[in-house]
Amino acid sequence: MNINGKKKIWSEYQKEIPEDHYFYVRSCIRQNFFPASEKLFLEIVRERLSLDFFETEHHTTCGGIAYHSDTIPQETVMTIVARQFALMTEAGYKNYVASCITSFGLYTEILDTWHHFPELESKIRDYLWKTTKREFQKPEYLAHASDVVYKLRNKIASQAKYKLVNKDTGEPLKVVEHIGCHYSKMFPSKGVGGAEYPYVLTGMIEAWGGEIVDYPERRHCCGFGFRQYLVQANRGYSISNTHKKFESMAPFKPDMIITNCPGCPYFLDRWQYVIKEMEGKTYGENGEGIPVFTYEEVAGLVLGYDPWYLGMQMHQTAVEPLLDKIGIKYNKEEKYLL
Amino acid sequence: MKEFGYSLSPSSRVDLDKVDKSKQNRLFALEPGFKKCMSCGSCSATCSAGNYTDVSLRRAISYIQNGQDQLAVNMLRNCMLCGKCLIICPRGINTRNLIRNILNVYGEKQI
Ligand code: SF4
Ligand code: SF4
Repeated sequence: MNINGKKKIWSEYQKEIPEDHYFYVRSCIRQNFFPASEKLFLEIVRERLSLDFFETEHHTTCGGIAYHSDTIPQETVMTIVARQFALMTEAGYKNYVASCITSFGLYTEILDTWHHFPELESKIRDYLWKTTKREFQKPEYLAHASDVVYKLRNKIASQAKYKLVNKDTGEPLKVVEHIGCHYSKMFPSKGVGGAEYPYVLTGMIEAWGGEIVDYPERRHCCGFGFRQYLVQANRGYSISNTHKKFESMAPFKPDMIITNCPGCPYFLDRWQYVIKEMEGKTYGENGEGIPVFTYEEVAGLVLGYDPWYLGMQMHQTAVEPLLDKIGIKYNKEEKYLL
Repeated sequence: MKEFGYSLSPSSRVDLDKVDKSKQNRLFALEPGFKKCMSCGSCSATCSAGNYTDVSLRRAISYIQNGQDQLAVNMLRNCMLCGKCLIICPRGINTRNLIRNILNVYGEKQI
C-alpha cells in the first residue's frame, strides 16, 4: 500500500477547525431532550479549557425543523438565519458554531445557495433590514459543536478520569457512532471524514479509549427523517429505519452508541423502548437496551462528571449497564433527585 | 402489545453472507450469460407478459443476485417463454435458457 497516496486521499476528508473565539448557538430539541449537553459543552470549553465561547439570549430557532418538514418557505428560513448572523456580527464574532446538526446543515446550505445566487442574498438582506433594522456579515468559519470537541479531544483525554474501557476485562468498549445525515451527507466536504468515512465521533472515541464498530448500516439514517416522524401515520417508516440499524449492529455486540445530532440520540434511545414493546426484542446484554449518548455526555463521563448532573435520568434506555462496565461511581438513590 | 398507531415494517436489508451460493453457482454453470447482464431493462421493456403481469427479467436477475430467489421464481412463473427478450438483449444473453434454468434451479417443478 502506498501510504503517501492514502494520506493524500485522507487529507481531502479533513477540515480546518479554529480552536477559539466562537459565537455559540443552541438547538431547540437538544435543550429539551438532553438538557445537560449544551450546558456541559460550554462548561468544558469555558471553564476547563479557558476558551472564548459567546452566546446570547436573543438567539431563536433556526427554523430548520419547519423547513425540513415543508411547513415554511426557504426565504423565511433564510431571513431567520440572517438574523442569527446579525447577532453574531453585533457581538463581534467571526466563527459560528451550532449545537444542532440540522442547523449546521441549514447554515451550510444557505451560505452555499447565496454563493451561487447572490441576488437571493441581497433580497434576504433587504427582508432582514425591513423587518428588524439589522445587518450582518457572513461567518468566516462555520463549525458544528462536535467539530470543536473533535479538535479538543486530546486535551479532554489529558484531563480524563475514566477511559472507555471495560474495567473487568481491560478491553476497549465497542462503540457505535452515528454522525447524522445533516452533518455531512449534504455537503461532505464540510464534515470531518466526509459522508463516507465518518471520523468526527470516531476520533473522540479513539482518543478516549474506545473502539469503533463498523457495521453494514453504519451510514443509514437514525430514523428521524422529519416528516416520517412528525406525522403519526408515517412513524412506521421512522421506527423501521431505526430497527434496520439495530438489526445490523446487534451481531457486533456494541456496548454503547455515541451520536452527533439532536434527533439521532432521541430516536436511537426512544425507539429501543418501542421496539421492545412491539417485538419483545432488546439489543443489549441481559435483556437491557444499548445505552445512547450525545458526544458531550460521553466527554462529561470521561471527565468524571456525575451521570445525573449530565441528565442521564432523562434517557429512556437505562445507562447504568455502561456506567458499571466502565466503573463510574454513581448513586442509584439520587437518579431522579436533581 | 401496546397500540402505537403505527407499525414496524420488515427490513429489506439483504445479508449476502447468508445467501446460499451453491444454487447460484449451478445457475452460472447452466447459463453463463447470467453474469453478463448489465441491468439495462431492454428485456422488461419488450416483454409482452410484462404488460399484463409483473414479469421483469431485469428485476428477476437482481433478485437472484440478492439472494431473493423466491421473488424471482414467483415473478417468472408468468413468463410465456416467447423469447422476445432474447432478441432484444444487447449483451446477447440466452434469456429463455436463463429463465428456464432459474425456474429449474430455484423452483420446485422442472420445466
Ligand atoms: S421470454 Fe418471458 S420474459 Fe422474455 S419477453 Fe417473453 S414472456 Fe417476457
Ligand atoms: S436485456 Fe439483457 S442485459 Fe438488459 S437487463 Fe435484460 S438480460 Fe440484462
